[in-house]
Amino acid sequence: MKVIFNIRRFDGEKDYWQSFAVPVFRGMTLLEGLFYIKENLDGSLAFRASCRMGVCGSCAVKVNGKPVLACETQISSVNSSKLDIEPIDNFRVIKDLVTDFEGFFRKHEAVKPYLIRNDDNYENPVELIQTPKQMKSYYTFSLCIKCGACYSVCPAAATRSDYLGPAAITAAWRFIADSRDEGKEERYEAVCGDNGVWRCHFAAECSEVCPKKVEPAKAVQKMRIRTALHAIKKVIL
Amino acid sequence: MRVHHDIVIVGGGLAGLRAAIAAAEKSKKLSIALISKTYPIRCHSVCAEGGTAAVLREGDSFDLHAWDTVKGADFLADQDAVEFFVRESPKEILRLDNWGCPWSRTEDGRIAQRAFGGQSFNRTVFAADRTGFHEVHTLYERTLMYPNIVRYDEYFMTNLVIEDGAARGIIAIELKSGDLVLFEAKAVILATGGAGRLFGFTTYSHQVTGDGMAIAYRCRVPLKDMEFFQFHPTGLVPSGILMTEACRGEGGYLRNKDGERFMERYAPERMELAPRDVVARSMWREIIEGRGIESEYGPYIALDLTHLGEEKIEERLPLIREAAKKFAGIDPVEEPIPVRPVAHYTMGGVHTNMWCETPVKGLYATGEVACISIHGANRLGSNSTAECLVFGRVAGEKAAEYALSTELRHVDDDIYREEEKRIFDEFLGRSGDESPYQIKKELNEVMDSSFWIFRDGNGMKEGFKKILELKERYRNVEIADNTRKFNTDMIYAFEVGFMLDLAEAVAAGAIARTESRGAHYRLDYPERDDENWLKHTLAYYTPDGPKLEYIPVTITKWQPVERKY
Repeated sequence: MKVIFNIRRFDGEKDYWQSFAVPVFRGMTLLEGLFYIKENLDGSLAFRASCRMGVCGSCAVKVNGKPVLACETQISSVNSSKLDIEPIDNFRVIKDLVTDFEGFFRKHEAVKPYLIRNDDNYENPVELIQTPKQMKSYYTFSLCIKCGACYSVCPAAATRSDYLGPAAITAAWRFIADSRDEGKEERYEAVCGDNGVWRCHFAAECSEVCPKKVEPAKAVQKMRIRTALHAIKKVIL
Repeated sequence: MRVHHDIVIVGGGLAGLRAAIAAAEKSKKLSIALISKTYPIRCHSVCAEGGTAAVLREGDSFDLHAWDTVKGADFLADQDAVEFFVRESPKEILRLDNWGCPWSRTEDGRIAQRAFGGQSFNRTVFAADRTGFHEVHTLYERTLMYPNIVRYDEYFMTNLVIEDGAARGIIAIELKSGDLVLFEAKAVILATGGAGRLFGFTTYSHQVTGDGMAIAYRCRVPLKDMEFFQFHPTGLVPSGILMTEACRGEGGYLRNKDGERFMERYAPERMELAPRDVVARSMWREIIEGRGIESEYGPYIALDLTHLGEEKIEERLPLIREAAKKFAGIDPVEEPIPVRPVAHYTMGGVHTNMWCETPVKGLYATGEVACISIHGANRLGSNSTAECLVFGRVAGEKAAEYALSTELRHVDDDIYREEEKRIFDEFLGRSGDESPYQIKKELNEVMDSSFWIFRDGNGMKEGFKKILELKERYRNVEIADNTRKFNTDMIYAFEVGFMLDLAEAVAAGAIARTESRGAHYRLDYPERDDENWLKHTLAYYTPDGPKLEYIPVTITKWQPVERKY
């Protein structure tokens, strides 16, 4: 059986669609289909791929309008004999399916996504205690692979390119919810500005498309409540 | 373009990230470049699943961990390095804890540990079955705290610059723009990972093509023990995706087509938790003797977790369940997972001493690209992530000390111009009648047949001939894409070139070593031969092929004995 891969390409100047017929076997993934094209039909096709097991976050693309990880999407599951494959939205396209993640990672950095502790001791670290229950309160949010799927469907990111976006705010929440962390105040400041949590439209599409079920919309909501309380506290005290 | 830093680290995985932090901690004055061909969190280290070995609790000891490692290594490990390694690992676990790693915990909130192959104490620290993923993210996040670590994401190294016996920097292509950048530095750390994509059936990410290893080798830095390649017992059929050893650490069984737990015939004491070389060989024997389970993807062995129960699988092995469902259509709670031994780890690598120093001044190697050697002929599970942490730190500190006492020497313009010419005038968009993809495919086939789990002299010699033939054909390779920006076609062609050189070194070392030790098992020489072969292989690049030399193994406490499990 052959499936048509209709790919939206970009060579740095012009934007065009090109179709390839890909012979498909049972269980074949979208990523295997892209490699088939690169290896047999057109070596110039550009896409990112690394782990091919859904943990590195390299290969998010848009298929028939929906962002997915190419490596964990079976061609048969798309249920169509023709696949329209495009780079994900809200990212600048560099070439073919490769988009520019520079800004995305800068936003992630901006929320101070690391454990902040007052007693940070590089030379003599000590074991911190964290119960499984305490860990549970943030663990799901630590599973984000930074694939950009959430950001690509975010209506707030579409209208404001400086919006931090669901992945970055989730990263901030992941540390705020960690019982070992002591940097909450700094992080509130980072996410409650003009480009922060209050931009979110509550479309919650981010949670729907997340391949890791991280639920970024939930993290954004929790963050809004927390920053609101923080703001009130600041006024009162 | 030309930039300069005190230290240049190539590779953004566990070892490279850890090295960057160590160097940054050493001095705020040092400017540290972290260069990687993918974004750091897209490195292959994120695929590590099972855990990281460290002596943390009463009942365990450094000597016990060291002995397990040395015996697992089939006595080819350097024991001074192993003794250092086991002492340093616990501190790394605590550092990661302090930096936010979500280690799995016991009910009272302390760091939990699980059983692993060849480790005689439950000393494997873990973060569910996503250990490498969480370790990488934790270290990456930590690097963001140091203003003197400058990242260059998606830069592909094409060459090392070595002058007067000292490292002067590296040259890399910025993928996004296609520009060639000369990175001048006082010290260079290679942390580019292993060479696993030499094989077709492999757990490795697509990106793991041995770039750093091959570039160092071409620059006349010797490679050590390249014939030792680890085959992990449990690669998911048909994709090769890793099914962690923790499946067996948590109590999983291996069964043949008769439902028999056949490991009792091969390793009655340790059973499924014998070291990987022993288990992989046993599985392979079951398969070639007709006791595998037939499928449309060839015979396989059943990895049975069904008796563990859904709750334990969800808590301890959630990624395994998700991957088995997504990539094999099987829920391990309900039925066994189809697996086969799979190429998994490069024990060999760039020759270094236990301080990550190569024979070239100012050039360091750490992580899988290096061969220190603490893994000898067979690495124990959960010792590789530990190695990246311990020796990532060592490399970072040593490079920092060296950089602080050295002046930067500028690299001659000619060197940059020559590289520019080599890449953009002679390589990019070249026409020919050989496809790099086809050559890679055939290379994978020859490695999977001639240099797999059971080797023999005739088969390997045939394989070697085929590798030379592929090298010859590669001279006529075509690069269809002649544009500069994000040219993955050209990058692929580079990678295939690297892999061909490395395959030659693997083959030469394997043919020469007329014994069986650890992962290198020969049907025509099935016994270990300490009298003649208790030594490391060094492969030196020459235009006529690898030149082999040998150096002794360092033994401190443990004389080789018969290896039984």
